[in-house]
Amino acid sequence: MRSYIPNTQRERGEMLAAIGLPDMDALFADIPEGVRLNRPLELSRGMSEIEVRRAFASLAARSGVPHASFRGAGAYGHYIPAAVPQLAMRSEFYTAYTPYQAEMSQGMLQAIFEFQTLICQLTGLDAANASVYDGATAAAEAVNMLTAAKRKNKVLVSAGLHPDVRAVLKTYARFSKTELVEVPLNENGVADIPFIEQNAGDAAGLVAAQPNFFGCLEDTRTLADATHAFGGLFVNYVYPHALGVLARPGELGADIAVGDGQSLGLPLAYGGPYVGFMASTQKLMRNLPGRIAGETTDKDGNRAFVLTLQAREQHIRREKASSNICSNQMLCAVTASIYLSLMGPKGLAEAANQSMQKAHYLAEGMSRVRGIRLRYPATPFFNEFAVDCDRDSEFVSGALKERFIMGGLPLNRIVPGDSGMLWCATELNAREDIDAALSVLEEVFA
Amino acid sequence: MTPKDRKYTRDHEWVLIEDGKARIGISDHAQHALGDIVFVELPAVGDGFKPGDSFAVVESVKAASEIYTPVGGEVVEVNEALEAEPERINADPYGAFLAVIAVAELDEAALLDADAYDAFVASEG
Amino acid sequence: MSRSSYPLIFERSRPGRTGCDLPPLDVPALEGLIPEGLVARVTLPLPEVAEVDVVRHYTNLSRRNFGVDNGFYPLGSCTMKYNPKLNEEVSALFDGLHPLADDDCAMGAIRLMAELERQLCAITGFDKFTLQPAAGAHGELTGLMLIRAYHDMRQDFNRNVMLVPDSAHGTNPASAVMAGFETRELVSAPDGGIDLEALRAACGPDTAGLMLTNPSTLGLFEKNIVEVAHIVHEAGGLLYYDGANLNAVMGVARPADMGFDVMHINLHKTFSTPHGGGGPGSGPVGVTAELIPYLPYPVVMMGGAGTASLDYDRPLSIGKVKGFYGNFAVMARAYAYILSLGAEGLREASQNAVLNANYVMNALRDVYDVPHERICMHECVLAPTKRMLDNGVHTTDIAKTLIDYGYHPPTIYFPLIVHEAIMIEPTESESRETLDGFIAAMREIARVALEEPGRLHASPATTPVGRPDEVQAARKPVVRFCE
Repeated sequence: MRSYIPNTQRERGEMLAAIGLPDMDALFADIPEGVRLNRPLELSRGMSEIEVRRAFASLAARSGVPHASFRGAGAYGHYIPAAVPQLAMRSEFYTAYTPYQAEMSQGMLQAIFEFQTLICQLTGLDAANASVYDGATAAAEAVNMLTAAKRKNKVLVSAGLHPDVRAVLKTYARFSKTELVEVPLNENGVADIPFIEQNAGDAAGLVAAQPNFFGCLEDTRTLADATHAFGGLFVNYVYPHALGVLARPGELGADIAVGDGQSLGLPLAYGGPYVGFMASTQKLMRNLPGRIAGETTDKDGNRAFVLTLQAREQHIRREKASSNICSNQMLCAVTASIYLSLMGPKGLAEAANQSMQKAHYLAEGMSRVRGIRLRYPATPFFNEFAVDCDRDSEFVSGALKERFIMGGLPLNRIVPGDSGMLWCATELNAREDIDAALSVLEEVFA
Repeated sequence: MTPKDRKYTRDHEWVLIEDGKARIGISDHAQHALGDIVFVELPAVGDGFKPGDSFAVVESVKAASEIYTPVGGEVVEVNEALEAEPERINADPYGAFLAVIAVAELDEAALLDADAYDAFVASEG
Repeated sequence: MSRSSYPLIFERSRPGRTGCDLPPLDVPALEGLIPEGLVARVTLPLPEVAEVDVVRHYTNLSRRNFGVDNGFYPLGSCTMKYNPKLNEEVSALFDGLHPLADDDCAMGAIRLMAELERQLCAITGFDKFTLQPAAGAHGELTGLMLIRAYHDMRQDFNRNVMLVPDSAHGTNPASAVMAGFETRELVSAPDGGIDLEALRAACGPDTAGLMLTNPSTLGLFEKNIVEVAHIVHEAGGLLYYDGANLNAVMGVARPADMGFDVMHINLHKTFSTPHGGGGPGSGPVGVTAELIPYLPYPVVMMGGAGTASLDYDRPLSIGKVKGFYGNFAVMARAYAYILSLGAEGLREASQNAVLNANYVMNALRDVYDVPHERICMHECVLAPTKRMLDNGVHTTDIAKTLIDYGYHPPTIYFPLIVHEAIMIEPTESESRETLDGFIAAMREIARVALEEPGRLHASPATTPVGRPDEVQAARKPVVRFCE
């Protein structure tokens, strides 16, 4: 049993004596008898390190990681350079709290400032915050930015957003009394622009993804123009790796870009922690929620960094704050910064291009399998695509699993009633693994 | 020296009414209490307010203060210079107005003259 | 460390450098995959640096930072306890697991969540938890949404007011507004507790609930908690427990037994998961049986024989509050911590956290102001004496001087109801000699504040930069590097 408490029983006794108390129980004299727990907690006895390792080993043994994976759907297996986790695990970073005392937190504050800059560079926008919980909550905060900036409580959201993102938006909107109008996808799997034009009345803006959940590339410029035409603000939900090969949201008219930074060096880790990023035009900077680091100087003129624009935040503005967010995902943001620094413009473009090329090679191979059809053959895609098949998607997935391949996601698991599959490739998928998956599919559909 | 050409509120705003238009700002006491002002959130021209409504926010590094209007009516002018130079309020609180409202409603009882305001500030300690 | 600026990663950039290497593309390269209007027209302006540049950059940045591993970090309300190394290693066993892996491949992870939930139920007395919220404030928002959903289901649509004490964390009122409530502030009684008369007067048919931190942000246990719960429940409201201060009472008292209906836990405070310089956290929300139907989906269900499952069929659920299942790897660390300590260890942790706080308060009470003279819980609130303030020494000066003694300052200027507050939370991780060293520093600072106050305004002197100009940062915000 570990308690990680340094003081010995004797020292504890001496400390109690110094305070003038007879025993530990006297410390809790303020707790009324009626609400005290006068029995041990119903937990097992404490364990040694060896025993905790055994317990975890036994759980991990029931969590199989496949030899090859073609599953994305919001969480992507990209290569993580060895330097990324080693630097992020510097304990001066990971055991620190929010940098409230700037003088002894310059490292983290500068890292935040660099993260904000990297997100601006990636999105082509002017300002960014220090992160929020994940992509879905970043989208929810962006909706709040729209309604606050436009003083309107209706927002259009594309059906092409990830189902979890749509679900989170719906939850937040119910309680903030925001009306969400869902823009359907057309027969090509992209947002239906005439619907936007017809339903824009009194809306604060539009939220749409690039690429969308089904992997399809949206016409960002036209979506932005259609949104600005009704006086709204355009929020683009982006997959950061796609920006290695696509024009940036800021160049295509987005007012706000948000997304999940998981692909930037963070492990899949069964869904988290990831990192939500948010960037905006200069005009909307003060509507961004949460922490923002800013550059200033000390009295001798040394460059210094501080948390700034704090009057927007809950600890000062309380019920009038732009958001309730306090803790964010800072360490994950630093991890993403380290990743982006290592990759650089060429590395990110190369990882993006390889992901896209391998996905197209996979899609091309799958479209030759009799019984599998690309759902949107006429629509360009990045590294993910939906297929419909003549066999049950769970059966197909099961057959691949027997060969230690995690195939595309059977869509019915998160889109009830959808019998298709969503396939993904990244630079981690070697050609021989793609060929192996294709040959299993040939067998399944033979 | 508290200017005698205008009236004051117990929330430390000043109001100078000329030709049916009310110029509103914050008192020297208020700017001093807030400290270095870093940002001012101004209303938009055309916004309508009732007496007692919050119509602007003045921020220092560690605080944000709602500013209330003693008059009701429509905003006809805002002091846009404050967006780039909020420190003007610290330097010249009685010159740096926040906004001008066309007076449609006026709560006379809420207003103090300069001497009464000085006495009020003194009584607040 | 002497004063110095440190170059930004962007200032190290040299065209053509790179810190990554990928294998050659092994499939045919196709052209024209991206429509004309979407093709990137410019090379991304990301920095171009070599791996060694990146490694030195972040290693040196980390040296300009301070964590629990560097030293004493008594940040009140933040529970900066030691973060065991074991937990970092074992949680990483799940790093490769995709969140949408088949359930049979993810069984260990789902079971871990079910077991963590069961542990949290045992510690707090609640019937069920959701692990989805990513932080304390996110947990508050989720818990308040559950309260709204509960009232709505009872057709009780007029309960729009959330009562919040004036001593509360700023997240409380901010979360209440995001969940669609109005807030009504309760002025604290002179002893820092809830003023029962004020509470009775504030409660009515519009009361949705009361948010309470217990022990309060003053580090004091709310002695009248049973009566408080009674008043709120009589009025038809629910009682929300802000778990920021749970480290005071593990194994000693349970929020559900005090009468609370909903709570959040900060796993990154009480259960030792590292704060990461501001996150990630994890903010599980516990509820009594009547609120279970409204929990976010999917709900984790314990199964037999080492199994567990995810239940999506929750018709009354408020929906999702986060992608996937929450910050899983944070949960895994907390699970390892609770396994390590067990029932006895958790109780011992709380006892020693309270002991350490009282030891510090007792040793400083003759030189600092103690606004509330009674036994504190896991943290204590002090303030400069009137003589210090008259000398022009403020809490900021005391905090900045502590830095030069090698300590991270306590939380300052919070709670708002104590003028110039200094809020000290030592946690159980600190040894007696560490506390004695801190006490000696605080006493020396108190002496200097009375004898040579001017010296304190120059601190800190040992950090890479002096006190930054926050006014300049806020007036002319520069939030990104521009060439």
